[in-house]
Amino acid sequence: MPVAASAIYFLNLRGDVLINRLYRDDVGGNMVDAFRMHIMQTKELGTCPVRQIGGCSFFYMRISNVYLVIVVSSNANVACAFKFVVEAVALFKSYFGGQFDEDSIRNNFVLIYELLDEIMDFGYPQNLSPEILKLYITQEGVRSPFSSKPTDKPVPNATLQVTGAVGWRREGLVYKKNEVFLDIVESVNLLMSSKGSVLRCDVTGKILMKCFLSGMPDLKLGLNDKVGLEKESQLKSRPAKSGKTIELDDVTFHQCVNLTRFNSEKTVSFVPPDGEFELMKYRITEGVNLPFRVLPTIKELGRTRMEVNVKVKSVFGAKMFALGVVVKVPVPKQTAKTSFQVTSGRAKYNAALNCIVWKIRKFPGQTESTMSAEVELISTMAEKKSSTKPPIQMEFQVPMFTASGLRVRFLKVWEKSGYNTVEWVRYITKAGSYEIRC
Amino acid sequence: MSGHDSKYFSTTKKGEIPELKEELNSQYKDRRKDAVKKVIAAMTVGKDVSSLFTDVVNCMQTENLELKKLVYLYLINYAKSQPDLAILAVNTFVKDSQDPNPLIRALAVRTMGCIRVDKITEYLCDPLQRCLKDDDPYVRKTAAICVAKLYDINAELVEDRGFLETLKDMISDSNPMVVANAVAALAEIQENSTRLIFEITSNTLSKLLTALNECNEWGQVFILDALSRYRAADAREAENIVERVTPRLQHANCAVVLSAVKMILQQMELITSTDVVRNLCKKMAPPLVTLLSSEPEIQYVALRNINLIVQKRPTILAHEIKVFFCKYNDPIYVKMEKLEIMIKLASDRNIDQVLLEFKEYATEVDVDFVRKAVRAIGRCAIKLERAAERCISVLLELIKLKVNYVVQEAIIVIKDIFRRYPNTYESIIATLCESLDNLDEPEAKASMIWIIGEYAERIDNADELLESFLESFPEEPALVQLQLLTATVKLFLKKPTEGPQQMIQVVLNNATVETDNPDLRDRAYIYWRLLSTDPEAAKDIVLAEKPVISDDSNQLDASLLDELLANIATLSSVFHKPPEAFVTRAKPSAPRPDDDDFPDGGEPTAYSESLSQGSDRASAAPPPSSSGAPQPPAPAAVPDLLGDLIGLDNALVPVDQPAAAPRPSLPILLPSSNGQGLQISAQLTRRDGQVFYSLLFENSSLAALDGFMIQFNKNTFGLAAAGPLQVPSLQPGSSATTLLPMVLFQNVLPGPPSSLLQVAVKNNQQPVWYFNDKIPLQALLMEDGKMERQSFLETWKSLPDANEVAKELPSAVLQSVDGTVERLAAANVFFVAKRKNGNKDVLYLSAKVPPSVIFLVELTAAAGVPGVKCAVKTPNPEMSLLFFEAMEALLK
Repeated sequence: MPVAASAIYFLNLRGDVLINRLYRDDVGGNMVDAFRMHIMQTKELGTCPVRQIGGCSFFYMRISNVYLVIVVSSNANVACAFKFVVEAVALFKSYFGGQFDEDSIRNNFVLIYELLDEIMDFGYPQNLSPEILKLYITQEGVRSPFSSKPTDKPVPNATLQVTGAVGWRREGLVYKKNEVFLDIVESVNLLMSSKGSVLRCDVTGKILMKCFLSGMPDLKLGLNDKVGLEKESQLKSRPAKSGKTIELDDVTFHQCVNLTRFNSEKTVSFVPPDGEFELMKYRITEGVNLPFRVLPTIKELGRTRMEVNVKVKSVFGAKMFALGVVVKVPVPKQTAKTSFQVTSGRAKYNAALNCIVWKIRKFPGQTESTMSAEVELISTMAEKKSSTKPPIQMEFQVPMFTASGLRVRFLKVWEKSGYNTVEWVRYITKAGSYEIRC
Repeated sequence: MSGHDSKYFSTTKKGEIPELKEELNSQYKDRRKDAVKKVIAAMTVGKDVSSLFTDVVNCMQTENLELKKLVYLYLINYAKSQPDLAILAVNTFVKDSQDPNPLIRALAVRTMGCIRVDKITEYLCDPLQRCLKDDDPYVRKTAAICVAKLYDINAELVEDRGFLETLKDMISDSNPMVVANAVAALAEIQENSTRLIFEITSNTLSKLLTALNECNEWGQVFILDALSRYRAADAREAENIVERVTPRLQHANCAVVLSAVKMILQQMELITSTDVVRNLCKKMAPPLVTLLSSEPEIQYVALRNINLIVQKRPTILAHEIKVFFCKYNDPIYVKMEKLEIMIKLASDRNIDQVLLEFKEYATEVDVDFVRKAVRAIGRCAIKLERAAERCISVLLELIKLKVNYVVQEAIIVIKDIFRRYPNTYESIIATLCESLDNLDEPEAKASMIWIIGEYAERIDNADELLESFLESFPEEPALVQLQLLTATVKLFLKKPTEGPQQMIQVVLNNATVETDNPDLRDRAYIYWRLLSTDPEAAKDIVLAEKPVISDDSNQLDASLLDELLANIATLSSVFHKPPEAFVTRAKPSAPRPDDDDFPDGGEPTAYSESLSQGSDRASAAPPPSSSGAPQPPAPAAVPDLLGDLIGLDNALVPVDQPAAAPRPSLPILLPSSNGQGLQISAQLTRRDGQVFYSLLFENSSLAALDGFMIQFNKNTFGLAAAGPLQVPSLQPGSSATTLLPMVLFQNVLPGPPSSLLQVAVKNNQQPVWYFNDKIPLQALLMEDGKMERQSFLETWKSLPDANEVAKELPSAVLQSVDGTVERLAAANVFFVAKRKNGNKDVLYLSAKVPPSVIFLVELTAAAGVPGVKCAVKTPNPEMSLLFFEAMEALLK
């Protein structure tokens, strides 16, 4: 049964109810007390997001300073429930101008109730597209940033659009200048052993799109992925162009993409929602270009002193540069004093994190930078030092670089009025969980 | 950009409710709207604003959609507590359901369906009928779900009005979202019905598969979940289905992906071509891996499901073990699940890498995770024979770290490794013994003691080691005591020298005389007797070769696994329990008491009780309702069957004859003509001071019926079943009687006393049957109702005269005073005194009705002449009517 929820609660960190909406009769109104008592007030919080108490099951997620709790008593679809929460939060954020916290909930509770009534019926999720909902669920003071119409006029065919086959785009959009912005955002995840061998490495990327297009355009996106190119050359019966191709491990698409067509022709074709959305996500494990190499050496000099040397090498093109590079080097809890030398950036000891935090604002390609630190420890009574050694973690952003090598080959836009479109493409690679054990 | 509603939460004064009332009745629209907002805010924070019902409902007739929605929201929350007032809203609902604006039409139907008040339900039907055929798909899709709501309130009504047929027609609707919601509604109705309502034919299948491409993400989930019940006719059809479902694997919505995976796995069972299967496995791996880059909560759900999937089809993710390596910042619940899957995927090919990971995890901060990592190494050693040595060397390295809990956990797993590979790795015992002093956990201690006992002949100072444990024997937990006992016996059998002999004396003494633990004592006595009668036999038994243990990491049995896989993405797949184990299925009974809310105080004991019940049920065998092996035929039915076979003449005396004796006396409550061949006769009776519901089930239908369950609606005495209904599977033509013990005051119906008892009985094959019975008060009269003359008089005087009620019982006869007194005493109406009044006898009697309502009775009648005047005096005169009925029945 794809029921996702019998009731949904928004609680603040103290457990006060901010919003509650019962969708079905099979859970009592006070089940939230059980949640408060048995999960929030115990150590169980955070040990498992799906719990059973009495005859009811609870799924919960924390988003900023709010717990969203779903209660069911049947064998509900948990995947559906969590995804519903994620999408609902995205919807609320888009209504509240990007905010979702206790204050914004209290300030918009009438709107939230109205939305909750609309996006779920009897526990079954309905249309959650912000674009469409904003056509007919409006509040004074809350205006859709993309809406070109005044919001107080009811939209005559809103209902058709909610239920329509293109339930994510409304008709009759007009833009003077037709523009599409594509952002390819990649996160590199790395787990490297202390000996420098790569244990796990993958890239999760997403293509974010911002569309300002008139009418009902059909779009087609071409990437330099191997399967797509092969299929294309097959269809057009001409050899594939040479050049770097990449192999995507997996792709998932926004609901606007025609999956059947992708399956048969390997082309990404879609009618986009208006405004900003995530067109696709992909994952790559082969042939990842790591932007940084990290070489740590940690020497223990006796019981109370250690020496930490970290060398970071940028291995992307010399013309590019990384921004906001942060290297967190863990040190033992009983650190008393630290002193550093860095070739660039600034380093600081952060006692709360038990880390030396080394920041470099701008890191050019094909260069290297080192930090050497001396750490003095308090000599403790305990003979053995804590055996736990968290990994070195790294954060960075490299604009105009893709760790996967993915490139957009083309983006075609068809609309019956035949207007011209301007397309903008940006690439950026960020650190996902970039960890080096030491 | 954002609103400023928070002001509505601020309380102004103490007299909030009257103030709100005034504002709600204000002549200004804006003030009314603000007031409703305040009411909703108060409702949200848990204040009771039900007293404002009429005032809020008065605001309903408005053009303002926002205000209307708020009023509707209020109605959903409070209509149940004010059912009589809720009717006020009906007119507006009906009017709104004909509004030109489709949003308002849909809103009206959506809201009405959420108001579970019988009176409103009746009015819902006509608007619903209209809206199901509305021109606007938005209204239709809302109406489709509303049918499911109505079915939940009143299933009969839905069937009578033909809504099910309309719903089925909606599968062919031109609008994909209407189709999706209709499918969701039908699937839910099917789940709560025993009749086949939503049959998926190949025709429906192809329609729905086409709709799959067009509807939104949630609709795809509804359709995929409904279709996963479909069984393809052959491999070819299965392949076709799979082909049309596979594109869904690329969807960004995790629920769509998991539902698609579920469906593909189901169909794969039928597919015979190994190529196709291999290809499908290849296609499913990447989407499953991608789920691991979503939110941690979704990752958790995915991991629990992957755990099941790899048990069924290990090949799917055989090469992907790296993606399950834990990130340092993963939440602990994700790490634990990843670890579990890593063990399942560990193979000779990847074990080196896996061991390096486990070793790394064993040095992390979270103690539970560390323990699990150490245990994982042991499980890999047991699973992979060729890697066992490497696993052990990693364990030894970890022991050298001397972190206490790591060492203890390692010892526990090493014990298992010894069991798995006897006589292979005993060389490491010496290393283990070094840590002996630091053991403080029972399981680790017990494991170490087992090792010492098992290998006593190879450990030079085994006796010394054990002796050190013996000192604290009485204080040790049972687990350790049992191991100590066994280990000492082993030691003695292996080295029957003086030291061990003394030790065994001490242990046996401790474990027999000094202990309260029956397990320990029994085991000790067995050893004692064995050792004293035949030491050689003892040797054979105690030192016998043990069966080799195997890896338990694929622990789910095949049928459970299949059931769980059919439930992918649902709670069942997360808990790894079949749905019946945690879903309390009191659902199909419509006359459900509506006070099943949690008590306001929320006593923790109540929760923990039901918790433990839940887990008990989970660990016990699946309940009879699960589709398992057919139930053994009813014992009561056996003689009948045998009789038929052997010929009745010389047949066995039917065993159930005495039990069947009360048969003719039971009134028929559900005639077989109404019960599709099932006839139920029942009556409340009293035996040995307890109330029973005596039931007779006769099955004259053509199918066997099983899984009987019973439920009682609220009633005056709060009668409810004290246990489950024990009715065996009823073969066609057979019958069964049962005595269901009853308890009182479980679900008391407030209001004037009534003898009405509403009963619902269900079984696995038929819909739920409802019937009415009368509560005969004579079955409730208590044994301790006897009163002495003196107290009778005092009580009589103490009660006001208004409490005296009299009635003529025309059909009752007083044959003889003595006979009547005897008969009444047997029915717990006790004789107190008698006198003569002219030609009439006057009897004084006493009786007691639970909880302890005393009835003082005066019967006046002429012997042998029909017609008895019965007067009662009781603190609870409303109940006297029931009492008269009882007396009339008793005096007939």
